[in-house]
Amino acid sequence: MSVAKSLTHDSARLHVTGTARYLDDVPMPANTLHLAFGTSEVAHGVISAINLDAVRAAPGVVTVLTADDLPFENDVSPSIHDEPLLATGSVHYLGQPIFLVVADSHLNARKAARLGEIAVEEKTPLLTIDQAMEANSRFEDGPRIWSKGDASAAIENAPRVVEGCFEMGGQEHFYLEGQAALAMPAENGDVYISSSTQHLTEIQHKVAHAIGKPMHAVRVESRRMGGGFGGKESQGNALACACAVAALQTGRPCKMRYDRDDDMMITGKRHDFRITYRAGVDEAGRILGVEFTHYTRCGWALDLSLPVADRAMLHADNTYNLEHVTIESHRLKTNTQSATAYRGFGGPQGMLGMERLMDHIAQDLGKDALDVRRANFYADMTDASGGSISGKMKQTTPYGQEITDCVINDLVGQLSENADYQKRRAAIETWNAENDILKKGLALTPVKFGISFTLTHLNQAGALVHVYQDGSIHLNHGGTEMGQGLFQKVAQVAASRFGVSMDAVKITPTDTAKVPNTSATAASSGADLNGMAVQAACDTIRERMADFLGEYYQIAPSEVSFLDDQVHIGQEVLTFAASAKLAYENRISLSSTGFYKTPEISWDRIKGQGRPFYYFAYGASVTEVVIDTLTGENRILRTDILHDAGNSLNPALDIGQVEGAYVQGAGWLTTEELVWDDKGRLRTHAPSTYKIPACSDRPDIFNVALYENENPVETVYRSKAVGEPPFNHGISALMALSDAVSACGDTFADLQAPATAENILAAVKRARG
Amino acid sequence: MSQIEFLLNGEAVSLNTVNPTKTLLDHLRNTRGLNGTKEGCNEGDCGACTVMVEDPDGTRALNACILFLPQLHGKSVTTVEGLAAKDGSLHPVQDAMIEHHGSQCGFCTPGFVMSMATAHKNGATDYDDQLAGNLCRCTGYAPIIRAAEAAADQPVPHHLAKPFILPEIRAGVPGGSQPPGAATHFRPQTSDELATWYAANPDATLIAGATDVGLWVTKQLRALPKTAFLNGIQDMQQIEDKGDHLRVGAGVSVETLRPVINDLYPSFGEMLRRFASKQVRNAATIGGNIANGSPIGDSPPALIALGAALHLRKGDLRRDIPLEDYFIEYGKQDRAAGEFVEAISIPKKRDALRVYKLSKRFDQDISAVLGAIYIMGDGKVMNEVRIAFGGMAGTPKRATHAENALIGQPWSMDSIEAACAALTQDFTPMSDMRASSQYRMEAAQNMLRRYMQDAMGRPVSVLEVTP
Repeated sequence: MSVAKSLTHDSARLHVTGTARYLDDVPMPANTLHLAFGTSEVAHGVISAINLDAVRAAPGVVTVLTADDLPFENDVSPSIHDEPLLATGSVHYLGQPIFLVVADSHLNARKAARLGEIAVEEKTPLLTIDQAMEANSRFEDGPRIWSKGDASAAIENAPRVVEGCFEMGGQEHFYLEGQAALAMPAENGDVYISSSTQHLTEIQHKVAHAIGKPMHAVRVESRRMGGGFGGKESQGNALACACAVAALQTGRPCKMRYDRDDDMMITGKRHDFRITYRAGVDEAGRILGVEFTHYTRCGWALDLSLPVADRAMLHADNTYNLEHVTIESHRLKTNTQSATAYRGFGGPQGMLGMERLMDHIAQDLGKDALDVRRANFYADMTDASGGSISGKMKQTTPYGQEITDCVINDLVGQLSENADYQKRRAAIETWNAENDILKKGLALTPVKFGISFTLTHLNQAGALVHVYQDGSIHLNHGGTEMGQGLFQKVAQVAASRFGVSMDAVKITPTDTAKVPNTSATAASSGADLNGMAVQAACDTIRERMADFLGEYYQIAPSEVSFLDDQVHIGQEVLTFAASAKLAYENRISLSSTGFYKTPEISWDRIKGQGRPFYYFAYGASVTEVVIDTLTGENRILRTDILHDAGNSLNPALDIGQVEGAYVQGAGWLTTEELVWDDKGRLRTHAPSTYKIPACSDRPDIFNVALYENENPVETVYRSKAVGEPPFNHGISALMALSDAVSACGDTFADLQAPATAENILAAVKRARG
Repeated sequence: MSQIEFLLNGEAVSLNTVNPTKTLLDHLRNTRGLNGTKEGCNEGDCGACTVMVEDPDGTRALNACILFLPQLHGKSVTTVEGLAAKDGSLHPVQDAMIEHHGSQCGFCTPGFVMSMATAHKNGATDYDDQLAGNLCRCTGYAPIIRAAEAAADQPVPHHLAKPFILPEIRAGVPGGSQPPGAATHFRPQTSDELATWYAANPDATLIAGATDVGLWVTKQLRALPKTAFLNGIQDMQQIEDKGDHLRVGAGVSVETLRPVINDLYPSFGEMLRRFASKQVRNAATIGGNIANGSPIGDSPPALIALGAALHLRKGDLRRDIPLEDYFIEYGKQDRAAGEFVEAISIPKKRDALRVYKLSKRFDQDISAVLGAIYIMGDGKVMNEVRIAFGGMAGTPKRATHAENALIGQPWSMDSIEAACAALTQDFTPMSDMRASSQYRMEAAQNMLRRYMQDAMGRPVSVLEVTP
């Protein structure tokens, strides 16, 4: 069987030889046109005049479009039609597209796009959480509030109260391949789109509206992205719509790719959050009641901010059993880029609020933070005797979902043992006593991440599988490949269902003409949903083959088995290829769709009640750091991670996800700082100023292992989703830095994120009192 | 401009008419259809466009996105398409990247394998440094390092191991075949040629490594109507030992200078390592880093603290000034029209120098503050003090008040504290996306404190701590 094997990424050889084709690598007809946006130079105001004479006169320019020139719908929003492709009347953030240049080259388009003269009557922009709160500038009527028990009373009656406020920054995706799309005009006003997108159906849907046609007139294809991380869930809509409109107006192929600076100025990023907390705790550090308030900076348009903010609330408990809890969430509208999906989708932010509280409680009580965390964990699904806790001591999340699959106690036990937590804790204390300027820190943080789209209807997937008469297999499904190895994992499923080797299976580009109505490859759901859909399609074909072969050889279909590129029909053995040929010659259909929908989930997001998640993925990490108390400079010295991927479909790819996610998560909380000036201009819009982790920033010692844990629910081969959950391990890096800071003094240092050297130095001073 | 000739994946390329500020990346992707080399940032910060460039001086990784075609004249370029052998057998680093799961989305991968193959050919194994200029957003780097280590012992493939020969191109060199003065895009072969031409064309842009000017073109979209490409000037690429000082030609690359400086001043050498990525250091010149007058160029503060002298030239007229006098104010230097930096003299035996670079990320980042401190004394008091900072003012600048607070004072933390207080008279730093004014000042003061701790042999660098 191919599943559970550590096969390499299906495109690995293409990657290393430079022959893997990304959108901008596809050979284009010589008459292809290239697009660029002219963007707003102010964050908020009313457009009083647009003069594009110089743009039109610039070398190579074929045409220039403004909102007035768009023939049909002017909207690229994935949610509530509040995001025009080109600005209409007013501008809402610095970087907002106002006009579209169509030129004979990428460079000429970029050059011309800078020549627009846009007069704007400026208004005072709302940039910060405080400004938005003061102006009551928000999405939805008021805050969303979910609660369980009576937090306020529990806090009043608690022996101790711990409260604080924690700010965490956003994060630029920095996919190495920037946003890109191309459109080929087809006959009859139809259009073919290629897009670097996680969400083909969304592209198809928005393009159809933009060109005033039904969705059947638009075909969207995508072979791979050069990274996505959520940044290509909705942010590619603008490019695809622009290309489609321009292609149909000019009758020529149109391509658009953002220059890196444009990409960072125009597109949304991870939501930054302020989280305030107030908790009543006992002397053991157990939380008796807790109130969280989330302030989420959503930017100028809604995009996906509601489910992001919801998911933050849904992860406010992390791995901790809370009896009395209230979570309040403000979704604030500001004149900045519209914040969007980013790996974790709000989950990391909600979790981080809780983990900060854990550290604060530990500091307040003078306890090791790991002890406080353990005192609050949900109980594991099995007790010592192996029986289920369910029914015996029912435990539910703040939103009423029963926790039946918890493994965090055992997992953390194994990790702290393997990583030598206690011994290193003592060694670090000694080291810190001997060093004045440099201080070490250590932290272990747990993760529980809910798997399923919270918008329930998205939890579906389709597949299309063909078996050709030579036994080779064409595989297609609605998931997209952004580097995570989804295509390979799903191909492993297909190969396993047919009992064939991997080279019998052809991985093909995602294509709305093959599988319709796809969900975004997001919410870590890619393998869960598409793996199951492919399994269903393969099983349909396999059953047809078994039925036919059983009948042909006069044997029960149940006696037909598919293994090692062969089909065993009782005593008869045929190669899979021969079986396919025989089935074809006997007019058996060897093509099937497959469909899957996640069972047992239901969710009321207004009440905050239900079972939004099919299951949870767990994990924990230990990070050791050192800081310099003169400048705040710091390094990660060692990281150990134990992560629950269920029965992994491909352990090598899953470990790759965990390693990469950790470094990306640690980057979010350390060096990756988004800075806007007081005019609303993003000052960190290129890798020269926005610093994602470089090679030497990874931990010196980096041990990553998968926790043995079969998924108790029926996922594909009992595996678990692995895209987003391990991103949260980056939290242990921040908490280790906090721990190092706390070695400088007795005052709670309240280190904010990202923990840049500057923020660490400020925290060191606070710790010293 | 005269013809540009170079080898591309072993094949001779000859370009007669070419826009001199066309980048190699655009040429590869748009003209040649060699799409393996990627554009990730178009400013030399991500390394997705890394190529291998060879000349008689060695094999280097360079960023194709900020490499203008005239800079390649007489060199051999290998792209990812030329890395595997003609029979399709992969380079050892390619094999290892597959085996160790070193690629995920794969977009950065061609750049990584080119940096890795260059390191492999050069026998370099300090991968954190070799790969500091290649950003990966997917893998967290660990599997890439495992791959690099696994490939280290494999031999260099035959087609890349050949000694560098360019017979058909060598015949075309030197390229200064046009009469100086007539050309709008000139490739001088000697400093004399440059001096004559530049004096007659003072409005021209001088391009050495193009790590700064490259961005004028790729990001500011500026046209450069008149340019001179300096990388053919051998006599400006010499490092001469003059006994008590080194005379370093302005065209010496940061990477060439680095080991020489490292032997004299290890902390300065380490700063030059963190100056930029390998790709950028291979292109950037010491003269360019000084001449462009940036307040955050890393080498000037260190050179000022050492008391370096700058050698300027206009036509046949030469003059020498203390480096610190070159920087007048932000955007303004003591350099006349048509005058250029020919060389710099760096004093030796000033072992007390310490250089501290502070940036948001350790590698491939621009300094928030760069402190260079040199204090000599007689065992009782400090009597020779030179302190210079970058990132604290509109120019790299000496901290004269802090220096005066130390001169004649005993070696003590009290003296340092007085200097820290005086530092606020020297600088009013700005706040920007790299650091706030207050943090810059605190960090600069703490660099003075660190100097004393350092002098006492206490551990002061997180880079030297092990788990």
